Amino acid sequence: MNDRRYDSILTGAAVAGILLFMVFLATLVLQSIPAIQANGLGFVTGKEWNPVTVKFGALPFIAGTLLTSLLALALSLPFSLAIGIVLGEYASESKISTVANTIVNLLATIPSVVYGLWGLAVVVPLVRNIELALGVPPYGVGIASASLVLAIMIIPYLSSITREVLLNVPSSVKQGALALGSTRSEMITGIALPYVRSGILAGVLLSLGRALGETMAVTMLIGNATRMPTSIFSIGNTLASIIASQFNEAESDVHRSGMIGLALILFMITFIMNYLGRRVIQRTGVHHGI
Amino acid sequence: MLVIFTLGMGLPVFAQKSGSNITLLGSGATFPAPFYSKIFDVYASTKGVKVNYQAIGSSGGLKNIMDKVVDFGGSDSFVKDADYAKYSAPIVHIPTVIGAVVLTYNLPGVTSLRMTGEVIADIYLGKISRWDDARIAELNPGAKLPKMAIMPVYRSDGSGTTFNFTAYLAAISKEWKEKVGNANSVSWQAGQGAAQNAGVAAVVQQTPGSVGYVELAYANQNKMPVVSIKNAAGNWIEPNLNSISKAAALALPADTRILLANTQAPEGYPICALTWIIVYKEQNYSGRTIQQARELANLLSWIVRDGQKYANDLDYAALPEQAVKTAEAIIKSITYDGKPIL
Amino acid sequence: MEFENQFEKSANRTRRHRKDKFFALSLILPGIIVLAILVLILIMLVAKGVKAFNPDFFLSVQKPFGVEGGGIVNGILGSLLIMAMASLISIPLSLIFSVTLIEKKDSRIARLLELCLSSFQGVPSIVFGVIMYSWLVVPLKSYSALSAAIAVSFIMIPTVSATIKEVLLLVPSSYKEAAISLGVPRWKAMTGVIVPSAMPGIKGAVALGLARIAGETAPLLFTAFGNPFLSLDPAKPVSAMPLIIYDYIKSPYADWHQKAWGTALLLVLMVFALTLSISARQKNAHPR
Repeated sequence: MNDRRYDSILTGAAVAGILLFMVFLATLVLQSIPAIQANGLGFVTGKEWNPVTVKFGALPFIAGTLLTSLLALALSLPFSLAIGIVLGEYASESKISTVANTIVNLLATIPSVVYGLWGLAVVVPLVRNIELALGVPPYGVGIASASLVLAIMIIPYLSSITREVLLNVPSSVKQGALALGSTRSEMITGIALPYVRSGILAGVLLSLGRALGETMAVTMLIGNATRMPTSIFSIGNTLASIIASQFNEAESDVHRSGMIGLALILFMITFIMNYLGRRVIQRTGVHHGI
Repeated sequence: MLVIFTLGMGLPVFAQKSGSNITLLGSGATFPAPFYSKIFDVYASTKGVKVNYQAIGSSGGLKNIMDKVVDFGGSDSFVKDADYAKYSAPIVHIPTVIGAVVLTYNLPGVTSLRMTGEVIADIYLGKISRWDDARIAELNPGAKLPKMAIMPVYRSDGSGTTFNFTAYLAAISKEWKEKVGNANSVSWQAGQGAAQNAGVAAVVQQTPGSVGYVELAYANQNKMPVVSIKNAAGNWIEPNLNSISKAAALALPADTRILLANTQAPEGYPICALTWIIVYKEQNYSGRTIQQARELANLLSWIVRDGQKYANDLDYAALPEQAVKTAEAIIKSITYDGKPIL
Repeated sequence: MEFENQFEKSANRTRRHRKDKFFALSLILPGIIVLAILVLILIMLVAKGVKAFNPDFFLSVQKPFGVEGGGIVNGILGSLLIMAMASLISIPLSLIFSVTLIEKKDSRIARLLELCLSSFQGVPSIVFGVIMYSWLVVPLKSYSALSAAIAVSFIMIPTVSATIKEVLLLVPSSYKEAAISLGVPRWKAMTGVIVPSAMPGIKGAVALGLARIAGETAPLLFTAFGNPFLSLDPAKPVSAMPLIIYDYIKSPYADWHQKAWGTALLLVLMVFALTLSISARQKNAHPR
């Protein structure tokens, strides 16, 4: 075939891909309309989710999603940064750095459902004992357990990116600082990290995006309550976990529409996170291998 | 990786070669799942027809049959007249077995407990929050009730077990009827949720101080204690085969839709429940073949008569003879292209 | 910094050196903790999972509620079936998309495609399950292995395309230029020269994609449905290892719990094998 035919095939493929995305988005939007119509803005701000009375308020799930993800991010941040700095600076000789990075990344390959399994066996009894000691209802499951396991799950993403951006800092910059008499740590905290600030920000956004969309581990650990969470020991639900639990049985059309509405909210939140993350990456020219 | 590839290519071919018999697909109630699971295993080995039943909860089964993605749906909550419109064609309810909704609990050192319906309702309303509450203590003078918080466990998924449980509570407690009501999914006032009967049993098993409602088989299979409840006649009844059968000894209406909760039978357990298999009356839809329809009708006939002998071993009560006859009449009314199949 | 005298200057230097050492040491602790967690998880997987391993586990199908024994072969083969079908769908499509992104670089349509693909990459997998239920399960009136495979393809294609694109870009442009200067048409330069040279990397990308979807559970919940019988029919419901883990661990049966751990161990071994096969491949691939 000639170049023109080649080109049109590729264009056709691209158009098909783009169309698929748009139909996907359209399905999400169109099918959630009935539920949103029945509740208006209350769909997002309402605190009660009652399929029987058709009161759909997604706030408890949005709260659960944000609470677990932000907590997980906060918990994982020091670990990811530390590992990233060690592998990107101190132990950056390629053999050790790559091997260690691969080992940490193995954490990222463990399926979510296995993390849920492990969380049930290890984290939940631990949290239950803490709750018994504190005199709080000893559910074991809840925001705390879900956030802890989520934190472990997202460590590899930020650590991998941090390592990568640090490896790419021009040695002239680093050597310059050292030559002027700064210690290694001063060079890292004062020069290298600020230099890669935007790359790390992108990594943070991407990790947050992953955490927001995590389904299985969270569903297994969050306790399944359709209420606003009041503390880290509350049981609750995230957008993803309520869909996983209730979608299969949304009997009425409007209930199913409500589920798809939740999926739409989830899609939008993760879309924005990922978009921002990638914009930052594009601007700084970092490419990550995840 | 190449191995997976070739394996994947070869396997479907292999599957075709080994000959595909008809498989029947069902989903729904977890209440009868131990019973179904057993009898479908027997059916497959004796009749050679495989039945794939996924226990996802009654609401799930109803949704699947509504969407016509299964051959039959299992539900312990019958479809109300007002909801018939959700189904694109008339459906029939075939009763299959009778079970009991029991309260199982995890209380170290306590192996026997009595509660009235009012106490249970108040526990789930959050009004009784500790095990050593006076109202529980006065019913159980000999028990060493610890100072622990009560953690009620409920079904997070739409459940026929919930339907029957809340039907009982609504009959017993006016406050329950007004505040919470009776449905597959209600707005729970206290406690935590778990999916499916198995999930509730698991949570109770693992959480000290918890109480949950499950079908008797789940408690028995895992050697978990159950609560004796005072029935309408004023007797303390333990849930077992005998008390279930007593509650079930009544005449079913022609369409078999009836609630057994709060039985008036003097020795009947107060929270018994019938469970149904729901199919479309006219089986020629979505390109179904008459063989598929016939296999379904055969399966249903077998369940209501020959399959009943497996019920007692799992502590389910078999359908009384009148119920079997009513069920068979309904099965005979299932048609293909307007003609009865059997 | 202003210092009164030499003493202050050297005191400051010592302080900074101590801070430097402290910094370095404090970085190691988190790494050790994370490593310890990974090791703990693996040890628990092996300790609890291996107990479930017996010939029956790998060869028999699931048994009814509360009955001991049986195995998960329907889940193992179900997972493999879904992975094989997803590969059939994803590999060609990923190749086409990545070639498109490269050949039409900087064009508006390529940038749009890139946006769409990367948006798909961020979508939680459960959303794919929800949409596939509407697109495939309801219209076809059946849960099926095929709808599950398509759902996970949505996950596989964006990641695999992105990686294949990186890999293709690593092929020295001199190869392409040489081919074209010899009169080879553009399409043949791509398919006959560049793609073959990048083959180890492409295989690695696919292996990574497979590792990713092997453990996916959420999209299967509304598409594969599960099946206690051994079924390899693409048009029928199918079981899968992650589904079995999810089902079994929610139950109160000790036997099922043990099987859940065994399945988890098997799954993780498979995923690790796929992931680590890439590192082995990279040794033969082009230098970065």
